[in-house]
Amino acid sequence: MKPAAFDYWRPSSRREACELLHEHGDEARLIAGGQSLMAVLNMRLAQPKHLVDIAGIEDLHYIERRDDHLAVGAGVTQAELLQYPGLAEAVPLLALAMTWIGHWQTRNRGTVCGSIAHADPSAELPLCLATLGGQVVLENRRGKSRRVMAEDFFQGVLTTDRRQDELITEVRFPLARPGAEYRFREVAMRHGDFAIVALAAVIDSNRVTLGVGGVADRPVSRELARHDDPSEALNALAWSLGAEDDAHATAAYRRQLIRELGRELIAGGPSDEENAHARQG
Amino acid sequence: MHARADQRIRVTLTLNSRERSGYAEPRTQLCDFLRHELGATGTHVGCEHGVCGACTVRVDGRASRSCLMLAVQAEGRRLDTVESLAGEEGLSDLQQAFRRHHALQCGFCTAGILMSCEEFLERVADPSEAQVRDMLSGHLCRCTGYTGMVQAVLDVARTRREATVPDSQQENNDV
Ligand SMILES: Cc1cc2nc3c(=O)[nH]c(=O)nc-3n(C[C@@H](O)[C@H](O)[C@H](O)COP(=O)(O)OP(=O)(O)OC[C@H]3O[C@@H](n4cnc5c(N)ncnc54)[C@H](O)[C@@H]3O)c2cc1C
Ligand code: FES
Ligand code: FES
Repeated sequence: MKPAAFDYWRPSSRREACELLHEHGDEARLIAGGQSLMAVLNMRLAQPKHLVDIAGIEDLHYIERRDDHLAVGAGVTQAELLQYPGLAEAVPLLALAMTWIGHWQTRNRGTVCGSIAHADPSAELPLCLATLGGQVVLENRRGKSRRVMAEDFFQGVLTTDRRQDELITEVRFPLARPGAEYRFREVAMRHGDFAIVALAAVIDSNRVTLGVGGVADRPVSRELARHDDPSEALNALAWSLGAEDDAHATAAYRRQLIRELGRELIAGGPSDEENAHARQG
Repeated sequence: MHARADQRIRVTLTLNSRERSGYAEPRTQLCDFLRHELGATGTHVGCEHGVCGACTVRVDGRASRSCLMLAVQAEGRRLDTVESLAGEEGLSDLQQAFRRHHALQCGFCTAGILMSCEEFLERVADPSEAQVRDMLSGHLCRCTGYTGMVQAVLDVARTRREATVPDSQQENNDV
């Protein structure tokens, strides 16, 4: 299908973009890579009167390694972040998880911040941000910026703490902690489909932070003690997320995946790469 | 820049090394602009929501879904479509390999797949089968079962490697 008619704006500054969002309120939508929004427009599930394209804002195009985080500007595509030299060393979880986002072709245009803004409960980037305890930086038309922790930012299915007139200018992924190990596992119908269950883990000497995507209405991250047998904790976690049956999987299957993959992930099963390749049949 | 919903705006881009321009409404998808306005009907349109990959073209070198892009967003950019592949000497090496390996039947998906394969082969000089399959996962083919395509891509990668100088600068990453 074809989108309903809209005015197209391509502002050249953040301020101008936020002004447009403020002026047109609910009738305006931002577009970044368009890899989620364009499908929605084509199917007319949304019919904004004004489309505000951030592609013309030059100062959003940066990846910066700072003291304790990697900052990714809103102009950066998923492919560009994956190709950032030293990604695997700076934020190993991203290097593991990002090849699971859609496909080569969608990562070429889809942005990192767009995925965070979209807040799909089974998306990989929100899961990584939540598991690592990262932050989202938002700016309004007065040029005021605020930072929101991932756990406060994601509020439900496609729902976030972003206010209508705010632009996400940057997301911040905490840098790898020395000694910590990062692992990622996902099960989807086919490689590149949205996750039925995705698990991300940060493993320290005495604790495990486990993030779960695809089950609750947002990515959820929990801490487990390292020395205990994790079965009990994983079972409790699996039941606590309100899993539901849908066209792809039953709630029971999702709980089972959390228990099984969670145990494998904590124990350190076959490497993520083997796992990825095994799935590319 | 601002374009009103009912306005037809002039869009100029470089299509297959030639400067072309035409008119588009803000809501016109890039695939429709290419086909209906510029007459470049080699690019096919399947699902119109980003799933099938039939409409894949290269935008500034990057394989992208042209149904998920607006014509106005392509202003000033370099676009390459399937029409760019065959030269005066006939089909390109990749196209010939597709033919040799029976990598197409009805051909509906092929125009898009070839454009992804072209970018992939430029970035990954020595791909594994798993990498090729990962790249192809962005495309649906209802006819072939993909095996012929995988073989065609590996075949072309091998011949191109043999034809290039050994200290080639190409990177082998799987991004
Ligand atoms: C075939 C296919 C498969 C996919 N598979 C996956 C998958 O497995 N996992 C996955 O995570 N994603 C997947 N996606 C979606 C992913 O590719 C998108 O890139 C991502 O969800 C949105 O990023 P975008 O830049 O394309 O944003 P857009 O589509 O442009 O925008 C998405 C939403 O975010 C808002 N937005 C965008 N940027 C900003 C900003 N800077 N500030 C405020 N709001 C903003 C927009 O207004 C819109 O509401 C898939 C897409 C396709 C087409
Ligand atoms: S027509 Fe564009 S992906 Fe199917
Ligand atoms: S050859 Fe017919 S869909 Fe691929």
